Amino acid sequence: MNGFLAKRLVALVLTLLAASLVVFLVLEVLPGDPASLILGTSAREDTLAALRHQMGLDRPVWLRYLSWVYGLVKGDFGTSYTYNVPVAELIGERVVVSLPLAIMAILLSTLIAIPTGVMAAARRGKAADTTLMGASQLGMALPNFWLGILLILLFSVTLHWLPAGGFAGWDAGVGRALATLLLPALALALPQAAILARVTRSAVLETLGQDYVRTALAKGLTGTVALWRHALPNALIPVVTIIGLQFSFLLAGTVIIENVFTLPGLGRLVFQAIEQRDLIVVEDLVVLLAGSVIVVNFAVDMLYAVLDPRVRLDGAT
Amino acid sequence: MTAWRGRNLLIGGFLTAIILVMALTSLVWTPYAPTKMDFLHKLASPSPTHFLGTDAFGRDVMSMLMAGATSSLAVTLVAVSLGAAIGIPLGAIAAAQGGWVDSLVMRAADLTFAFPALLTAVMITALLGPGATNAMLAIGIFNIPVFARVTRGATLAVLGLDFVMAARATGRPEGSILWHHVLPNIVSVLLVQTTIQFALAIVADAGLSYVGLGTQPPFPSWGRMLNDAQTFIYRAPMLAVYPGAAITLTVLGLNLMGDGLRDLLDPRLSRQR
Repeated sequence: MNGFLAKRLVALVLTLLAASLVVFLVLEVLPGDPASLILGTSAREDTLAALRHQMGLDRPVWLRYLSWVYGLVKGDFGTSYTYNVPVAELIGERVVVSLPLAIMAILLSTLIAIPTGVMAAARRGKAADTTLMGASQLGMALPNFWLGILLILLFSVTLHWLPAGGFAGWDAGVGRALATLLLPALALALPQAAILARVTRSAVLETLGQDYVRTALAKGLTGTVALWRHALPNALIPVVTIIGLQFSFLLAGTVIIENVFTLPGLGRLVFQAIEQRDLIVVEDLVVLLAGSVIVVNFAVDMLYAVLDPRVRLDGAT
Repeated sequence: MTAWRGRNLLIGGFLTAIILVMALTSLVWTPYAPTKMDFLHKLASPSPTHFLGTDAFGRDVMSMLMAGATSSLAVTLVAVSLGAAIGIPLGAIAAAQGGWVDSLVMRAADLTFAFPALLTAVMITALLGPGATNAMLAIGIFNIPVFARVTRGATLAVLGLDFVMAARATGRPEGSILWHHVLPNIVSVLLVQTTIQFALAIVADAGLSYVGLGTQPPFPSWGRMLNDAQTFIYRAPMLAVYPGAAITLTVLGLNLMGDGLRDLLDPRLSRQR
């Protein structure tokens, strides 16, 4: 296990480094000089040079890359060009919106999908199965930003139950803050739940055909107990993988959803930073998001190895 | 069960055909010019003259939807073709060569998957400037690793089969084996994947144009129409419904078609389900 873990950890660090290098190199081709953006086009050449020096832009590319990565490791994300505050602070203010949103979406999606998938599998081929799978086919086709607008139409415009956008802030109380996140989280969750429900259904169907389920039924367990206690836990491995993969879709989804609901999250920050050519903020954010996808996938891999020892053996050889 | 599977392909094909006809028709005819503004008839309700009403600028919604289908399909077609044109050869070469070439291609694909596609598409279009061309490029880039992976997997499976060994024994060069023996056998897998990628690209394109980075006005796009409609959501809620319904029906059609094709071309998979 230790050899397997060490190998995976090395791969993790290398992947993270490669991702940071890609982000850095891609953004280095960004047209526009941050110094002249800050000072304006009428600035004198020596003032520009002084600012470039102060921002470290006159150093060689590789040195800038190394010092950036070193800073990231230390938790120093640099200073925003436009806001002139530490990027870590900017991200900190926004992450308290985006992260709860993503977590809520994952929870909602899992809570909807697993019972739906299990129910469909238990009633395979019957009307309930056909209806649920038909609904999931439709759910998969719904773009989350349109679903968000539809939810606004229903719950805000027509029923006046929930606000059409904006974030109440955690100071307004957890309940009110969560209420403003509910519609965006639902918009993110439903299309993901549609996919997850299908995966759960086919995984459960697979395990239902296994010998140990037959044994469970033969020793007198009811179909329901055999389904939930024996078939479902064994079906969870592919389900966990898909949940992990969906994390990356959710992160990208928040970028658009935050625009639909005008939420002050990381997605909005990325947009603002790109518009203002705030290079360092864009670099930090993209690396942070890509990094969290990599780390989550790593965690899923590890979980896989815990859930299924065969994976570990395969990986070690 | 077979009847139901056939129905998937039928319904999917039908939906896709409707959108395709809409797009192609718009090239020669739309009820009104999709960019023509008419401030006397702003936000008009559906009527015989304006089948789906007009938007906040008095533009005919039906005409805009039709023209939007064109831009959406054009972006998607180029993006997916780009991904396939680069990804398929990459995957095939990786599978045939093995060794470090294989490792390099697959690690690069893994790395690309770490970047949430839409987020990076946003970044790329923002860097290169908004517009349909850059949207094609941004979406296309994320299709490359998908096609590379699928092709590699499918190629590896075929390369292990007896008839490939027989072809090798006759002294055929590797490239010819890939082209004449492997490709025909993986074409069905690639076709199914292409359909799925089309569906994903439609959503990505709509998302990009929703945030203003895709097809630029005055040329209509479904995403842009949704964004505009949100401003008038209290006065004209239906404006926010039509473009989204168009996106959803297109994606639904492509997904169903993909499912149907898979069942048709790969009977092993349908038996499992």
